[in-house]
Amino acid sequence: MFTRYTTGLAALLFVSAAPFAQAADKPTDPQIAHIAYTAGVLDVEAAKLAIKTSKNKEVVAFAKDMERDHEAVNKQALDLVKKLKVKPEDNATSQALSKAAEEERAKLAKLKGAAFDKAYIENEVAYHKQVNGALETLLIPSASNAELKSLLETGLKIFQGHEQHAEHVAGMLK
Amino acid sequence: MKAGALIRLSWLAALALTVAPAAAATIEVTIDKLVFSPATVDAKIGDTIEWVNKDVIAHTATVKGGWEVMIAPKKSASLTLKAAGAVNYFCRFHPNMKGRLVVAP
Ligand SMILES: [Cu+2]
Repeated sequence: MFTRYTTGLAALLFVSAAPFAQAADKPTDPQIAHIAYTAGVLDVEAAKLAIKTSKNKEVVAFAKDMERDHEAVNKQALDLVKKLKVKPEDNATSQALSKAAEEERAKLAKLKGAAFDKAYIENEVAYHKQVNGALETLLIPSASNAELKSLLETGLKIFQGHEQHAEHVAGMLK
Repeated sequence: MKAGALIRLSWLAALALTVAPAAAATIEVTIDKLVFSPATVDAKIGDTIEWVNKDVIAHTATVKGGWEVMIAPKKSASLTLKAAGAVNYFCRFHPNMKGRLVVAP
């Protein structure tokens, strides 16, 4: 009953926040870089909370994988923007993403044990789905620099892998 | 070159040809942008598979219910094949990465 309620709430939160839906029709490269980097930082923060909170071996291992991969990809992104002399530019999409993630973290912080594990992993599935959708339909097609586009494409493959990995862990928790 | 030397050389070449197929080989599989390439490898028992990871993230080569090789970013890792048969493997961190080994006895 309780878990169903929180899952419903999470779904509602994602639909109502839908940060990408409100994005300007075509973000610029500096905005795309900022959005992609922010999305990575937010998942690392969620991972850190899970590593601290969860007692489940699989969930902690998954969170460590997320922390490691997203930090590695973000380092690549930083190196690239430095090389391209692009200054990542804060924007409404990044802000909406951060706000939604902050609310999600506050919600997760109140949970413990199996309820936390379930909520965290389900959110990871939803979050990666959302970010991947945005990469595919908005960020990659909008990117004008070839190297940035290529980094986003590799990022998409990595995060699609994360989505499948999260789904696998979610299946094990049931 | 003298005829004798030539004959000896061709004899050596023939020897190398007959010996080579029996020796174990190291077969390289490159990982680049989450793709194992070649995706399918034909090998035989005793051969070594060497995965070369060009990505900045770690991957694994994992056989469900079997072995697992961890491949660190920008590093290589290898496995010597001990059993015949065909196995599918994948990356445990990124299950969308898939490969196959066909191992002859
Ligand atoms: Cu992988």
